[in-house]
Amino acid sequence: MADMTKKKDMSPKLNRTGWIFVLPSIILIVAFVFYPMVQALITSFQSGAGNNLSFSGLSNYKRLLTDTTFRKALSNTVLYLVVQVPIMILLALAISSMLNNKRLKFKGLFRTAIFLPCVTSLVAYSIVFKSLFATDGFVNAMLVKLNIIAEPISWITDPVWAKVLIIVAITWRWTGYNMVFYLSGLQGIDDSIYEAAEIDGAGAFQKFKSITLPMLKPIILFTTINSTIGTLQLFDEPMNITQGGPANATITISQYIYNILFKYSSDFGYAAAVSYVVVIMIVVLSFIQLKVGDKNE
Amino acid sequence: MSRKIGNVFQYIFLTIASVVSVFPIFWMVIASTNKSVDITKGTLLPGGYFMENLKTLLNSDLQYMNAFKNSLLIAVVTTALAMIVSSAAGYAFVIYKSKGRERVFTIVLLSMMVPFAALMVPLFRLFSKFQHMGPLKVIALNTPMAVIIIAIATAFLIFFFRQNTQSFPKELVEAARIDGLGEFGIFFKVFMPTNKSVYAAAIVVTFMTSWNNYLWPLIALQSPEKRTLPLVLAAMGSSYTPDYGMMMVAVVIATIPMAVLFFIMQKQFVAGMTGSVKG
Repeated sequence: MADMTKKKDMSPKLNRTGWIFVLPSIILIVAFVFYPMVQALITSFQSGAGNNLSFSGLSNYKRLLTDTTFRKALSNTVLYLVVQVPIMILLALAISSMLNNKRLKFKGLFRTAIFLPCVTSLVAYSIVFKSLFATDGFVNAMLVKLNIIAEPISWITDPVWAKVLIIVAITWRWTGYNMVFYLSGLQGIDDSIYEAAEIDGAGAFQKFKSITLPMLKPIILFTTINSTIGTLQLFDEPMNITQGGPANATITISQYIYNILFKYSSDFGYAAAVSYVVVIMIVVLSFIQLKVGDKNE
Repeated sequence: MSRKIGNVFQYIFLTIASVVSVFPIFWMVIASTNKSVDITKGTLLPGGYFMENLKTLLNSDLQYMNAFKNSLLIAVVTTALAMIVSSAAGYAFVIYKSKGRERVFTIVLLSMMVPFAALMVPLFRLFSKFQHMGPLKVIALNTPMAVIIIAIATAFLIFFFRQNTQSFPKELVEAARIDGLGEFGIFFKVFMPTNKSVYAAAIVVTFMTSWNNYLWPLIALQSPEKRTLPLVLAAMGSSYTPDYGMMMVAVVIATIPMAVLFFIMQKQFVAGMTGSVKG
């Protein structure tokens, strides 16, 4: 109640101060996020070379339907999303629930080690992975030495292995990141719940399924949406590990937009149309994930 | 019995996960001390070639030290400005709570959903226009400000500061007003000093994001002397005859600031990253 009167009593002067505090942020976000968003939408209905654009209706969007490189970029991005995100989330969940075990020794050591990849920049680790997985690189040398493979694998130049490599690399970089979220969520779960379950004879897997998973649901939802948005915009890794190759086998949508802008003809209208596909995918997928998350409540 | 097996399995699993996580970083450090030929032979022993590799790097035409300076300047200025601008907004959304500002905050949050992919085209066009717009020249393409300006106010930071202001005792604001402190004085002299750990977390995550930023600098900073570290590393990585030793020295030096920051401020590091889910 007291709070209510206080709100109504805010003097015009204080109200003005409030706006002054938020104004710089609002101006920047409008100028560099919302205004460009609208601009991109308008541009996506225009064609022409460079800055000489004229209205062309849906022609850019129609062109998407027959563009084979776009189809490749789209299917690669979806593949990374469908394969990599679940693997990483499950791995992070398994690791964090193990680390949450009170009796576990060397907990801090494990946690620090698994988190360490997050310290590396995306470009830096991409280069390290590119070197490690080069045809004459360390990984092939080891695999041959251990007699696991007879011939070195062309990680970077084989269309299938290149995709595998990208997925391995992203999983390496981001599993520890997601683990941190789950660990902080697990700290909020009372130990007595696990102890009670143990007395009832629940095994490790059962405890995970009926206590950990439901309690962590909001955080799992958050990390899934986060990873989805991140994967749909994937750029740094394919750009620096495989350059999108061989023959666009690992190219992503963001990389395709970049190529349209700076490698091909600077067709702003078409690049904007491609970028709106990402916008629509993010909105739709986030919406679906939120709906599914709500339903299971 | 089964619990014991389960326990052993846990240790094995976590050990493998830890080794896999650390190995590429370990290898990168080892490789930086070896000759390129020895690296491709698969050596895992530290060599004495670090200084040689460093010399090769500094004498190459990559302008590595220049890129290091550019990265540092951009990260420091971005972080300093973001701490004032974004935290002022997050703070005001709580301290001067009003219906109008609540609505604005919801719109600010929506900007988190906007993918950078969609901003790439219009931002590039916008910033190239700034070159011919008088005073806006200072933030046009190929200036450090072009990279800085779009990272000062982010929905994530505003949200983070708003969350953390909610637990800030309003009585302190009231008391400071009675003492005759102005509204800006309260923010700078009362709020900021009492929330050092919140700022520390925000500094760590903002600095890290800026230091590692790749796509927008790649678009905005096209002349070689303006390039930041990730751009130089990327250029190095795409060469056809890579000198692995030199490359790994470059990667190690680019990673050191982040690693140091992480080991000094582990807690804030994690708090900064997870800041958006709590509360």
